[in-house]
Amino acid sequence: MFAFTYQRPEALSDAVGALAADGEAKLLAGGQTLLPTLKQRLAQPSALVDLSRIPGLVGITRTAEGLAIGAMTRHVEVASSPVVREVIPALADLAGGIGDVAVRNRGTLGGSLANDDPTADYPAAVLALNAIVVTDRREIPAGDYFRGLFETALEEGEIITRVDFPQVECAAYMKFRNPASRYAMAGVFVAKTAAEVRVAVTGAGQSGVFLWTEAGEALTSDFSPQVLDTLTPDPDELMSDLHGSAAYRAQLVKVMAQRAVEKAAR
Amino acid sequence: MSTATITPIGAAVRRKEDHRFITGKGRYTDDLDRPGQAYAYFLRSPFAHAAIRGLDIAAAKAMPGVVDILTGADLAADGIGDLICGWMIHSKDGSPMKMGSHPALAKDKVRYVGDHVAVVIAESLNAAKDAAAAIAVDYEELPAVADLAHAREGAQIHDCAPANTAFEWELGDKAATEAAFARAAHVTTIDLVNNRLAPNPMEPRAAIGDYDSGDEAYTLWTTSQNPHVARLVLSAFVGIAPEHKLRVIAPDVGGGFGSKIFIYAEETVCAWASRRVGRPVKWTSDRSEAFLSDAHGRDHRTHAELALDAEGKILGLRVHTRANMGAYLSTFASSIPTYLYATLLSGQYDIPAIYCEVDALYTTTAPVDAYRGAGRPEATFLVERIVEKAARELGQDSAQFRRRNFITAFPHQTPVIMNYDAGDYGAALDKALEFSDYAGFPVRQAEAARRGKLRGIGLSNYIEACGIAPSAAVGSLGAGVGLWESAEVRVNPTGNVEVLTGSHSHGQGHETTFAQLVSARLGIPIEQVSVVHGDTDKVQFGMGTYGSRSGAVGMSAISRALDKVEAKAKKIAAYMLEASEGDIEFKDGRFTVAGTDRSLAFAEVALNAYVAHKFPTSEIEPGLKEGAFYDPTNFTFPAGCHVCELEVDPLTGVTTIVNFTAVDDFGVVINPMIVEGQVHGGIAQGVGQALLEGVVYDADGQLVTGSYMDYTMPRAGDLPAFQVGMTQTRCPSNPLGIKGCGEAGAIAAPAAVINALTQALGTEEVPMPATPARVWEIIQARAARAAAE
Repeated sequence: MFAFTYQRPEALSDAVGALAADGEAKLLAGGQTLLPTLKQRLAQPSALVDLSRIPGLVGITRTAEGLAIGAMTRHVEVASSPVVREVIPALADLAGGIGDVAVRNRGTLGGSLANDDPTADYPAAVLALNAIVVTDRREIPAGDYFRGLFETALEEGEIITRVDFPQVECAAYMKFRNPASRYAMAGVFVAKTAAEVRVAVTGAGQSGVFLWTEAGEALTSDFSPQVLDTLTPDPDELMSDLHGSAAYRAQLVKVMAQRAVEKAAR
Repeated sequence: MSTATITPIGAAVRRKEDHRFITGKGRYTDDLDRPGQAYAYFLRSPFAHAAIRGLDIAAAKAMPGVVDILTGADLAADGIGDLICGWMIHSKDGSPMKMGSHPALAKDKVRYVGDHVAVVIAESLNAAKDAAAAIAVDYEELPAVADLAHAREGAQIHDCAPANTAFEWELGDKAATEAAFARAAHVTTIDLVNNRLAPNPMEPRAAIGDYDSGDEAYTLWTTSQNPHVARLVLSAFVGIAPEHKLRVIAPDVGGGFGSKIFIYAEETVCAWASRRVGRPVKWTSDRSEAFLSDAHGRDHRTHAELALDAEGKILGLRVHTRANMGAYLSTFASSIPTYLYATLLSGQYDIPAIYCEVDALYTTTAPVDAYRGAGRPEATFLVERIVEKAARELGQDSAQFRRRNFITAFPHQTPVIMNYDAGDYGAALDKALEFSDYAGFPVRQAEAARRGKLRGIGLSNYIEACGIAPSAAVGSLGAGVGLWESAEVRVNPTGNVEVLTGSHSHGQGHETTFAQLVSARLGIPIEQVSVVHGDTDKVQFGMGTYGSRSGAVGMSAISRALDKVEAKAKKIAAYMLEASEGDIEFKDGRFTVAGTDRSLAFAEVALNAYVAHKFPTSEIEPGLKEGAFYDPTNFTFPAGCHVCELEVDPLTGVTTIVNFTAVDDFGVVINPMIVEGQVHGGIAQGVGQALLEGVVYDADGQLVTGSYMDYTMPRAGDLPAFQVGMTQTRCPSNPLGIKGCGEAGAIAAPAAVINALTQALGTEEVPMPATPARVWEIIQARAARAAAE
């Protein structure tokens, strides 16, 4: 680890100011990716600005549309929240399956979305549920937020404050874990509203999380696993590595999607 | 003293050492700090193969906190020798193996990613890392030789080894084997890759070198399975210091699996550098360095043929193996694919003729040496895969085919050196078939098929040679050392006991098992026995722990020392009881005059041995302390039958082990709880090899599986609850009847898993690790073939 200064502001404006004053500063929002990166000397920020003491960034609120979850809300809190369990149970399931207990005790929703790891779980939920990412300066619809591998719509110094998740008729998340890392190799979040079905895929895409629109359209007309029997995502868009070819990932996406539909319909 | 306080042999007592470990009081090398210590960081090669054209340390040396930077040139200037391989193998043509120069710090060339280029010694690890980044190395990249299959044709790695060949060795009777094949009614052939594994002990390697300029003596704390061998090698071959000026301490060590047998560059450099810089020098590996530089295991490519008569009786076995040695010959590397491998190719079977050729090849990868089982897993995997395939080709039941070919009379001389002393392979097979409900498998298979799952069951009737080993025998095969073990039993005046052993416990539970032996033998509570190991200043000499030898060899030495203690104590008791020595009986911790109620407790005799008031010291020396060096008369031959039953999800390729049965014959068992734990751990590693683990280098020789992001360790969730059972034939080759249990699971499990998987998938071509992706691809290929037909 290289040396850095540590700051823990108690107001959002102070955090915004700290980032504005120092282009090499990084936000610390749980640190479950950042700290291992620092330990391996793969990043050298001048300062870490810890968001954990800023009021208003933590908490789960029932809203007219669904749920509002503070950016610094930890995975364990989402996983164990009776409110989440009632309004969007699939989101609680997803949070309860992120990493391991230690990761869930420290990692946060906002940290996961700002990092936008292509194998992270939360992006699939945000995209499938058509959530809104709220920052210190604007509201970003999920469809505009994800821009590729570790790439988002966030501007320099912009801080996620909360995410608004609309309630849906039913939803489910199924994940096939990478045997070694246990990150998603194919994580599929299926969400059904009165108007449409959205199928978001994480862990498999070459450009990060994506909507499998063909599956969504088919499921909109017939919400059954069998409707996906003849569909497979285009392997050319999927990752290929030591752990599996693009064709294998395409198969996993299909199977996870079918299992998610089955679970959501229960 | 009542017998209730004695812990008998065969009792499943809890481990004495666990109080220390689970309360955080273990003392591992990295827990230790020496006054004034500096920190070492190794600059490692980023290339698989490169010539070093220049090495400029000037700027780095001037950086803050840097104490010194040392290179291969400094090592040479101080006359420090190369690291060695201690087992000589001769090729078929009689020539000695080609041992490439292996300096602890590179001289002119690097030969694998992670090879040691220079060491930075600094006030802190961070300062050392900063300076290492400032060392300018002018590399001239050379072609990598990453693939064992094409190692011969690759760029030459060592000047002394044309075609990257360390040796071309053979074992067995070629002519007799060819004759067996000439009269065979059926020949089964198989091609296998035994995948390369990273050892992954929980505690990474570490070392602290500390030179005392007053005594001109070194102390080296290091994560070793055999500290005396480390001292011998560092003294006699590397030349760090004379043996009496070098103390090696291996304190608590958190697992080894073989990888901590070897004498590596890092501890060598820490010891040497502590004198150069005049301060203690500490190095602790991080996990990334462990993946790069711990000696790996396995990595064979084998073609084999089995000759059979019309009824399915095995006539002969012919094997050709290419073994990857990595970039250098590690400490015992040459023995693994030779005398620890080909000598087990008879398995549990009566095979009249065997011929095996092994080509040991260099590649630009980390050195390969012993890893749990060491050669014997490779042999068992080959034998049990080809036997299974033969049974299937002949349309015979797997179990019956094996039974027909079992060795049933002992001793049995195999065509490949080993003389099996005792065993009952049919008994283990029967018990395993019963435990696993082998007969009920077709019903379970059909039920699984209705759920859309592919189900398979696989046997593995393994044998291993443990208790290594008779010194003269291994000496005749090229070993540079003898493989006896030493023990000293010190009885204190108050009657408690310290056992000093040359074995080394790094997870095996010696502090319990060895104490249990003493408790049972002397009739004193197990709490009154301490076990001392791992320090060359305390234990005079020892050969260490590997090859499942600590029970069969290490405890036999203790047993011999206990014989002497008892004999002397009887003499003293005879004087105290005013009886003749021949009338003294020793039982349950009491010396009794036969046929009387006159008796003494062990502790009373121990005290009298030291006060020496009641016996003539001209006849009997005071004190009660005895030692023994025990050299075994033969290897031991643990054997058994493991059965794996599994299901495959054809949609995802995921394999789930639904049942795993292990029936083992370990001879006499001292502590069944510890033995079961060894079996469990071994199976986990064997399942890991079969389904999960595999070291991968890319074509440039870069390590792809350099972290747990890509290297799959077995997790509890990958394994079922094991059914473990035992059969017992006493080992006639040592006084305790012990065979050894440390490696059985890792030896047996891979073949059991793959035999089950090949059955489930309906093809013999299933590579290890059989990851979900690979299994799914196999299912796809089969479906495509079926569609085309």
